[in-house]
Amino acid sequence: MKNKLVIFLLAGLGLLVLPLLAQYAGNFWVRIIDFALLYVLLALGLNIVVGYAGLLDLGYIAFYAIGAYMFGLLASPHLAETFPAIQSLFPGGLHTPIWVVIPLGAAIAGLAGVILGAPTLKLRGDYLAIVTLGFGEIIRVFLNNLDAPVNITNGPKGLLKIDSLKIPFVGIDLGKSGSLFGFELSSVTKYYFLFLAIVLISVLICYRLQRSRIGRAWMAIREDEIAAKAMGINTRNMKLLAFGMGATFGGVSGVLFATFQGFVSPESFALQESVMVVAMVVLGGIGHIPGVILGALLLAALPEVLRWVSGELDLQMLTGGRLDAAILRQLLIALAMIAIMLARPRGLWPSPEHGKAAPAAAS
Amino acid sequence: MSNVVLEVKGASKRFGGVQALSDVGITIRNSEIYGLIGPNGAGKTTFFNVITGLYIPDSGTFELGGKPYKPSAVHEVAKAGIARTFQNIRLFPEMTALENVMVGRHVRSGSGLLGAMLRTARFEAEEAGIAKLAQELLDYVGIGKYTDYKARTLSYGDQRRLEIARALATEPKLIALDEPAAGMNTTEKIVLRELIDRIRKDGRTILLIEHDVKLVMGLCDRVTVLDYGKQIAEGSPYDVQRDEKVIEAYLGAGHKAH
Repeated sequence: MKNKLVIFLLAGLGLLVLPLLAQYAGNFWVRIIDFALLYVLLALGLNIVVGYAGLLDLGYIAFYAIGAYMFGLLASPHLAETFPAIQSLFPGGLHTPIWVVIPLGAAIAGLAGVILGAPTLKLRGDYLAIVTLGFGEIIRVFLNNLDAPVNITNGPKGLLKIDSLKIPFVGIDLGKSGSLFGFELSSVTKYYFLFLAIVLISVLICYRLQRSRIGRAWMAIREDEIAAKAMGINTRNMKLLAFGMGATFGGVSGVLFATFQGFVSPESFALQESVMVVAMVVLGGIGHIPGVILGALLLAALPEVLRWVSGELDLQMLTGGRLDAAILRQLLIALAMIAIMLARPRGLWPSPEHGKAAPAAAS
Repeated sequence: MSNVVLEVKGASKRFGGVQALSDVGITIRNSEIYGLIGPNGAGKTTFFNVITGLYIPDSGTFELGGKPYKPSAVHEVAKAGIARTFQNIRLFPEMTALENVMVGRHVRSGSGLLGAMLRTARFEAEEAGIAKLAQELLDYVGIGKYTDYKARTLSYGDQRRLEIARALATEPKLIALDEPAAGMNTTEKIVLRELIDRIRKDGRTILLIEHDVKLVMGLCDRVTVLDYGKQIAEGSPYDVQRDEKVIEAYLGAGHKAH
């Protein structure tokens, strides 16, 4: 018990100091960590759908997109510039505060999760994956084309000049650097602390859901849907709840992404991203929260680290220009994933085998 | 007739050109073991699936504990008070024995998302109650020491008992066992038989579908025999065993009873 406390304190301290150290190496590194945290949030959300309820969702990034665009529209000049009515309603431009936007993003994405989940209820396995993949693409195509006849999303050009987050009452603007106790905090470092707080809350929610009546019902559906029904579980409602709950995480993550980038465009929400999030969950250890976090951190950081390594070594020069650094990076990631799945098919950090094997049958 | 648990009248089900069930009716009384037997393809499992809501019947009236119920959705039937086990055991293999039984409490508990996220006092109390009851049920069926073992690691006989414990957790008015002795050896069958008998003595009502005629005859208070979807005999095991039609169904025409 005491050991656990020490580990917790050390981990907490490490998480607090990490961005300050990374700052020294350059804000570039803090930015990578920030993105990794966003991916952790996404992976935790998808883990509810895939890991707990066992519903393979290949269009998960759609909810990320919905969250990001919602914030983009509510906190950028785009809507006011396009619609005079809104311009006259909000002469100072649309600037929706954080405490409205995050719950709203969660709610809208959750609703979208339920709506997109409803038609897929009868599908399982591969079929479900294909349909959700289609839904994910539909959202992206919509965002790409909703610039005519009425310009809502600004099409492929995306939304620009999205507000940075401001925390009310204490008057902190996450978009500007500042200092605290003599430490110089850059904007990305401030975002780090916000993202960290949200990730920690999400981890807590996931743990609590897992060990609850709802969580057990989800897992029962994953394990055997017919038996779950026979135990009186309304599988339709429980699946919709899983879709909705998972989507809220995606929505919140999307809001944070939009404010952090200050810019969103449809190309951030391509199929590749959905696949990446699924890979994080599967690679880390499906259904196991520490594993999912590890998977997300690794897969989010690996490309950037490899980018740096190949830049430092100047691989392009070494190979006489035959090997492009970007291609090599993709290749190495693929190789790493194959190696991990071969060596640890249940993921890097899978859920423990409760109680090893049963002793020889009694009686 | 207040002690009637399940009353089915005129249940029929047709699959394409096959009349799988025609006009079957049974009445199960409180704390009795009611047997449903018949040769292969007689319609036992069809009847079972009809009363538990897996198949929607073409006709028939259904009453559970004096209240009519519509076997149209499996989870509604479980809520109404029929818990079942499966012929080919269907547990939640990657969940622990305790969790399996806790899932059985789903219909008799009500905490939702918010309670789970905020860990309200009500949630905590309900959760503790569920865990306690689940452990008691594991002890009851005799696998109390396997609480934290994943269901798939249990032996075949223990998995059967876990399935029964899970069904009991739903506080059923009627517990329906679909061929519980299938694939069991003689020792396991004896233990199972003791368990079923004990469940009945504790005031539960049981519907037993079984291939093993010996088990049925020794356990059941009353028996219905199905053949080609029709009810050919009903009564005490003793009477049914001597029924001409039953002998014919099992052994073929022309066979004389001794």
